[in-house]
Amino acid sequence: MTAEGKTASFQLDGATVPFEPGQTVIQAALAAGHYIPHLCYHPEFKPHGSCRVCTVEVDGRTVASCTLQAQDGMEVLSQSDRLRKEHQTLVQMLFVEGNHFCPSCEQSGNCRLQAVAYDLDIMSAELDHLFPNRPVDASHPEILLEFNRCILCELCVRASAEVDGKNVFALSGRGITKHLIVNAESGRLADTDIAVTDKAMEVCPVGVILRKGVGFRVPIGERRFDRQPISAQAREDAPRRPTTGNEDST
Amino acid sequence: MNDAAQPKVRVATTSLAGCFGCHMSFLDIDERLFELLERIEFDRSPFTDIKHCGPCDVGLIEGGICNADNVHVLREFRKNCKILVAVGACAVNGGLPAQRNHIDLGECLEEVYVTEISLAKGCIPNDPELPLPLDKVHPLHEVVKIDYFLPGCPPTADAIWKFLTDLLAGRTPHLGHGLIHYD
Ligand code: SF4
Ligand code: SF4
Repeated sequence: MTAEGKTASFQLDGATVPFEPGQTVIQAALAAGHYIPHLCYHPEFKPHGSCRVCTVEVDGRTVASCTLQAQDGMEVLSQSDRLRKEHQTLVQMLFVEGNHFCPSCEQSGNCRLQAVAYDLDIMSAELDHLFPNRPVDASHPEILLEFNRCILCELCVRASAEVDGKNVFALSGRGITKHLIVNAESGRLADTDIAVTDKAMEVCPVGVILRKGVGFRVPIGERRFDRQPISAQAREDAPRRPTTGNEDST
Repeated sequence: MNDAAQPKVRVATTSLAGCFGCHMSFLDIDERLFELLERIEFDRSPFTDIKHCGPCDVGLIEGGICNADNVHVLREFRKNCKILVAVGACAVNGGLPAQRNHIDLGECLEEVYVTEISLAKGCIPNDPELPLPLDKVHPLHEVVKIDYFLPGCPPTADAIWKFLTDLLAGRTPHLGHGLIHYD
């Protein structure tokens, strides 16, 4: 509510989006049924602003919409040609920084990176691939860590620390050498107290933290984002505030 | 697709570091091949067995670049084809062959031909006829300019059909949900 008692709102690509005090642009947009591409944002965790895939434009400046507080009367662009190109490039960079061989990935079809790329019509990473060397950690009897696909979103770090109270994961290094590590003296997942029921097991948007033995139980082609594009499903993931049903009438 | 007066679009295809799966998927367009053949004719391709590529409108390349011969063939295609298309996961990002990229080439050959337990008295092949392997497998666009990418392992027959019909109709090829797949 504004001082005059009106519902506060901002403009997103010309549509009126109402918001509650304290909501970020992406929260309000998703709650009102507008999709902005995103990867490291997760409705249950504090925004992190690291992947920049949710970049929008406000007054000619580009900002991550997951960390941008909504303000009454603000004009936000998320769909211009320029932003689409930026979204594509950001996602393409994530692909070439790791090793993403989707045909042999357990997560293919359920993967958010892949689904966001499909949605952006990305046909190729187009950049030079770095082909980094990132050995997997198969030490744990029930869980595989496939570091080649990590996009450093820190969702597992946040989930393990904030929800599971375990601190199993951390990021180490800077810039291009930044990587995910396991908090154990040996550095091996088997020497942590992670459990398959942990929140950290659920949140990885890509195919890094994998339950062993179940990866191909659902055949490729019949998975979540094979059925419907991520943009059409994202709203289902957004926590919704009680609506009166007519906020998004513009 | 029935304007008989139009000259046929000349298409060349090849498989580099690929498995021929993309070509098989191409053949999976089944009876639509007849419709296609009214509009196109093949130059160099495993379908014709023509060994070198002449001037063409479209080049479809399956597979990435894993050896010196792949580089020569790719350059021949680039020189002769107005539109060059990377077809399939291996052409687009190196695919399965590129999964050797973090292994030293010498060690890799050693293991495959010498120390692998099922081999009796293996040795690394060194016939001068054999093209030299590259230390890393590369996607096509890292070697020459690629005009379009058609991902998938392999791209489905429907994706290939949509791509080609868009291209032949003069539209920018667009796959969209359900046809765009990296797996
Ligand atoms: S994590 Fe996603 S993008 Fe990466 S290989 Fe797996 S399915 Fe593909
Ligand atoms: S393992 Fe997954 S959840 Fe953790 S930082 Fe990497 S991509 Fe994010």
